[in-house]
Amino acid sequence: MTTTTLPLGEVRRACIALVGPPNCGKTTLFNTLTGGRQKTANYPGVTVERKSGRLRTPVGHTVELLDLPGSYSLRARSPDEAITRDVVLGRQTREALPDAVVCVTDATNLGQHLRLLLELRQLGRPLILALNMMDIAQKRGCQISIEALSQQLGIPVVATIAMHKNGVQDLLGQIDILLSQTSATSKAATIDTWMEPSPEAIRAYHREVERLLQEAVIQEGAPERFTRQVDQILLHPVAGLLILLGILFLMFQAVFSWAEAPMDWIDGSMASLQQWLSMHMADSLLKSLVIDGIIAGAGGVVIFLPQILILFLFILLLEDFGYMARAAFLMDRLMSAVGLNGRAFIPLLSSFACAIPGIMAARTIAHPLDRLTTILIAPLMTCSARLPVYVLLISAFIPNTVVWGGIGLQGLVMFGLYTTGIIGALTVAGVLRLTLLRGNRQPLLMELPSYKWPNPVNVLLGLLERARIFMRRIGTIILSVMVILWFLATFPSPPEGATEPAIYYSFAGMIGHGLQPLLAPIGFNWQIAIALVPGLAAREVAVAALGTVYALSGDEGTVTEALTTTLAHGWTLATALALLAWYVFAPQCLATLAAARRETNSWRWPTFMFVYLMVLAYLAAFITYRVALALGGG
Amino acid sequence: MNSYNEQKHRFDPSQPGSLGLTQPLGQMQRGSTGRILAVSGSAGDRNIERGLLEMGFVEGACIEVLHHGFLGQDPLAVRINQTMTIALRRCEANAVLVGPLHDAAVDTKPGMTLEYASS
Repeated sequence: MTTTTLPLGEVRRACIALVGPPNCGKTTLFNTLTGGRQKTANYPGVTVERKSGRLRTPVGHTVELLDLPGSYSLRARSPDEAITRDVVLGRQTREALPDAVVCVTDATNLGQHLRLLLELRQLGRPLILALNMMDIAQKRGCQISIEALSQQLGIPVVATIAMHKNGVQDLLGQIDILLSQTSATSKAATIDTWMEPSPEAIRAYHREVERLLQEAVIQEGAPERFTRQVDQILLHPVAGLLILLGILFLMFQAVFSWAEAPMDWIDGSMASLQQWLSMHMADSLLKSLVIDGIIAGAGGVVIFLPQILILFLFILLLEDFGYMARAAFLMDRLMSAVGLNGRAFIPLLSSFACAIPGIMAARTIAHPLDRLTTILIAPLMTCSARLPVYVLLISAFIPNTVVWGGIGLQGLVMFGLYTTGIIGALTVAGVLRLTLLRGNRQPLLMELPSYKWPNPVNVLLGLLERARIFMRRIGTIILSVMVILWFLATFPSPPEGATEPAIYYSFAGMIGHGLQPLLAPIGFNWQIAIALVPGLAAREVAVAALGTVYALSGDEGTVTEALTTTLAHGWTLATALALLAWYVFAPQCLATLAAARRETNSWRWPTFMFVYLMVLAYLAAFITYRVALALGGG
Repeated sequence: MNSYNEQKHRFDPSQPGSLGLTQPLGQMQRGSTGRILAVSGSAGDRNIERGLLEMGFVEGACIEVLHHGFLGQDPLAVRINQTMTIALRRCEANAVLVGPLHDAAVDTKPGMTLEYASS
């Protein structure tokens, strides 16, 4: 985080803000101008990313360039747009009023984009207009007189081609000229008296844009055809939905199959690291902490990184291509039935791989209530960490028979678990929007941008950013939790001549025993109760924990195999079904809660999430257990 | 190259959907075109009006309904002035009143414009 309180006497670095409507190529321009020298942080109190980078102008000024969230107007409609407004107006805490603003516009869409510039000009601050995507405009036969536009507006205007470094030289030159002048400019009075434009004022801006275009546009370009033609298929009410389903299928296929090799590799290297350490370290508590606590914990998190990266690769590519808004368009009616926005679709979908990227992807939802609802229901989507538990229990208790039309009973149960999660999520969303998160249904007013080929640099930088967030913020929390859980499962050590496995005598065992009376009504025995304690960290840990409780040893494969047999003999069908129902809802993943804490900026909503999911899990397990008992599943 | 002619052809009022009617955008069919006569929010809340204006729905702009969703033919994808496509739900689209593309068509139905003006 940059602070503006520099020591006295030091020359403050000039700060220039990039402002522009969404889809004007602003981020590409920012990446070209700053290269790799950029950093991302959060604005205090909100989860809006603050992207800044450094650049040197030809004359030698060092400039801090701020990439402000895309906005159609200074009248902010979302937390992101509010940041843009506040920074431009100098109202953002811990952020200096920018020395100059560069307003980026799409030259092919000046009629819609110039209004924001007029709003900015109203503020009376140093301003440059960058006509971006000039190459595309020219290709379509569009001719704009930059001189006329500059003269009419009374500000410098430059044509830029964001993708090419030499397309931005003019812009850097203009920044230099402006910076050598700005030392004298004082904070204009209009900034303090700024008010949201009234509908009449917006109409006046429209008329002014019309007049400007008549003065400056020599030749209008041909309308874009490609997007229109592609949309005939991609937005077709039936074909469009089928294509969306196909893309989703491909995406999930990729998440699960492409990620397999790197996940195996991570798994393997963690195992060999543990093996190497167990041979080279003397037996001690430290050894157990390193091997069973830290490496096992870190490995359990890192192993999901390939899936998360592949998922985000798809999301970033589709976003850059312009398809995400289309997916939201196609799903809007369905999502609006439970009070959500079409934009919630992708975050929820991502949650099928892992709720953490899903919760992170909820940032694309502008409205705070919609975003919060989406975050709260994301853990109900069946994430891949539930699979090991589902597979274990289903193969132990559900006979592998064919029921109807060649569909296996086991697959049917699995499908039922997924469906229960989805129905649960939609129901919870509907209830939340009618009770706790009541508010006006947000209008869907969303631009469907022109399709364009994804920019590899943008995608790569975005991907690195996601990986960094995941590893640092989530990784540190899960690691510390794993160490705590290791402590709980290790101390106190078993007494001499102990007959039960060590975990039985530990704090985890005590907690499990303490919880058992509470869990007895839903059919959980003390072994399950104990396994649920370390299983709080991550769902799949419960499988290993059950192995420990039943004192099974060997590598993962043999433990799971032996466990299947042990459970099939030791548990009733009702207990197994109750545990499955429990796992559909239970918040057995502290990393998800940590992600929710980061994205909502308080512990209040993660706490609420934990409590409501626990209550749902208990109820679901209770009903399942009782019904199964009544039907003779005891 | 002859983009202007093409544009005019596409907005031919004799095409189905452009029957010279004045109707809310929310009731228009896919493929129909028109010119925006008025953008009005509900009384008291002018945010919808402002939102629509900010996305380019302004009096005088040409619109074309390009697509609609599967369920209830909702939402709509509307092209404004041949440049920007906006997705919006039919209920919000009802705040936009659309008349025929050519002013001449409006002139022949003065009752229509009068009716709209009084409502």
